[in-house]
Amino acid sequence: MNKIIQVRDVNKSFGGVVANRNISMDVEEGKITGLIGPNGSGKTTLFNSIVGYHPIDSGTIHFDNREISQLKVQKIARLGILRTFQQTRIYSKMNCVKNMLISAAHHNTKWLDMFTEYPQELSERAEHLLEFVGLYSKRFLISGDLSFGQQKLLEFAMALMNEPKVLLLDEPTAGINPTLINGLIDRLKRANHEFGITLFVIEHNMRVVMNLAESIYCLAHGEMLSHGTPEAIKQDQKVIDAYLGAH
Amino acid sequence: MNLQFKKIIFYAAILLAGIFAPIVFPAYTFQLAVLWMMILFALTWDILGGQMGYNSLGNILFFGAGMYICTVVQIGMYYDVAEYTAHFGAVKIDFTPYQYFTGISAGLVIAAFACAIIAVIFGWIVFGLRGPYFAIGTLGVAIAAGELVGAWDYVGGGGGISLPNYPGGPGDREMFFYMLCFISAVCTFIFLKWLYSTRFQLALNAIRDDEEKAEAMGIHTNRYKTIAWSFAAFFLGISGGIFGNMTGFIEPLEVAFPTVTFGIFMVLMVLLGGKGTLWGPVIGAIIFHVIKEITWTYLLGWQWVALGALIIINVVYFQQGIMGWAQEKWPEFFGITVDEAITSAEENSPAEKEASL
Repeated sequence: MNKIIQVRDVNKSFGGVVANRNISMDVEEGKITGLIGPNGSGKTTLFNSIVGYHPIDSGTIHFDNREISQLKVQKIARLGILRTFQQTRIYSKMNCVKNMLISAAHHNTKWLDMFTEYPQELSERAEHLLEFVGLYSKRFLISGDLSFGQQKLLEFAMALMNEPKVLLLDEPTAGINPTLINGLIDRLKRANHEFGITLFVIEHNMRVVMNLAESIYCLAHGEMLSHGTPEAIKQDQKVIDAYLGAH
Repeated sequence: MNLQFKKIIFYAAILLAGIFAPIVFPAYTFQLAVLWMMILFALTWDILGGQMGYNSLGNILFFGAGMYICTVVQIGMYYDVAEYTAHFGAVKIDFTPYQYFTGISAGLVIAAFACAIIAVIFGWIVFGLRGPYFAIGTLGVAIAAGELVGAWDYVGGGGGISLPNYPGGPGDREMFFYMLCFISAVCTFIFLKWLYSTRFQLALNAIRDDEEKAEAMGIHTNRYKTIAWSFAAFFLGISGGIFGNMTGFIEPLEVAFPTVTFGIFMVLMVLLGGKGTLWGPVIGAIIFHVIKEITWTYLLGWQWVALGALIIINVVYFQQGIMGWAQEKWPEFFGITVDEAITSAEENSPAEKEASL
């Protein structure tokens, strides 16, 4: 299997706090990879390092065999790594359709494309994806007026609209009620199978991550504690002590 | 079709009113010209302030820069500028009609493009600032520009420049400048109406709503911000050039870089009319200008108090402005609506149920 993201010996400190220490990990193309760990263990820091939100202190990050740790956020996003935020972020004063349209991929836009209207097929794709997440009838509402769960679905649809190669999801089910979670798991799996998008998911909900991921990494205190299949992780004594056992 | 027809009638009525207003009310020609200028100010301020969420207090910079660039080009084409400004108050040079009109045309065109370039340069410096820091940063740049021009003897320093006399009667002169103001405001409106129909507007709105998200989604945010500001600067540069010629005399602090009057008015007009809409700035500018003229005429001495009261009412009770208020009151008219037909058809589908939870 091709390793689409390769993280090697990444270190990142904020002042005296070491958020990531010698982290090495891989995300395999076409698969769903999970990332778990207690609060403050450095999961979101690792995400931020991958998408270029802050510079890393040392180490390398490769995407599609290209070193990306020196690139800017926008550039990395245009290469095809997209992230969603723990605190859902949408364009709250625009309606859902506009949120979708502006999320269309920017990697091959030319200067003059700024001043063109959106082609018909993009509008159709936007509507199709809104239908996919169940927001079609609300497509003309101002997105900030939607419920939190709906905003999460919209953010997910926006990410799909961008046609990324890899999608980094930061706690996609946080703050969502259990009924909606099942629907979301189903849609994440379909995005992976049907649209062929590699997923890399931070998740605290064990039921979700065990159900979703084929390979799971566990962080604790900024260090990589363990890696394996969901079954292996569940049995790993180190993980149980650091994280699972705490429940 | 019917709606289309109504729209054409509506726009035609505005154009006709614009053309015939100074003929019907010749005493108000200058005030009407200033009104069109105010509309242009509000429209250009809203590109950044309303659509993009960057509250600039320094857009007046481009007005003043356009004014000076236009003047220097106009004079410089036929005379030595340093000599002309030194002549100020003494010998007045008469421009021939040919010299005058070629000068003003070239001046306006060069002012427009030069201001757009200035916006690119300043944008590169100040777009690293966000929120209130951007507002204060741009304000600082505008004030500094006024002071710098005031210390520059080549363009007359604090003494200013007297512009070439219009080669014609006073009535013709007023009408000529009225038409320039009218045409430039209408062109600005048409340009923005087109611009806001393209993806450019969505990108600006995305930056306004969440710039960090826009970056994470791969939008070329700096490119959009810089170009948006240079559009505003382009039209403000033209308006500055026209205004300088219309007043006939320019100097740095009161006429070219009036930060506390025009510079603030352009913000207030947009807040009054409604940020981030095409018609909001236009409506805001008209109401503001009318109120301002009435208070300046009938409440002299108290005019700033009245204006202050208006600002307070606007900001405290009426933040979304007239268009924003209308949009809240009649959302269907603005297309903010649940697709009822679809909802009832999909009522039983699990996806819809989940989403509505």
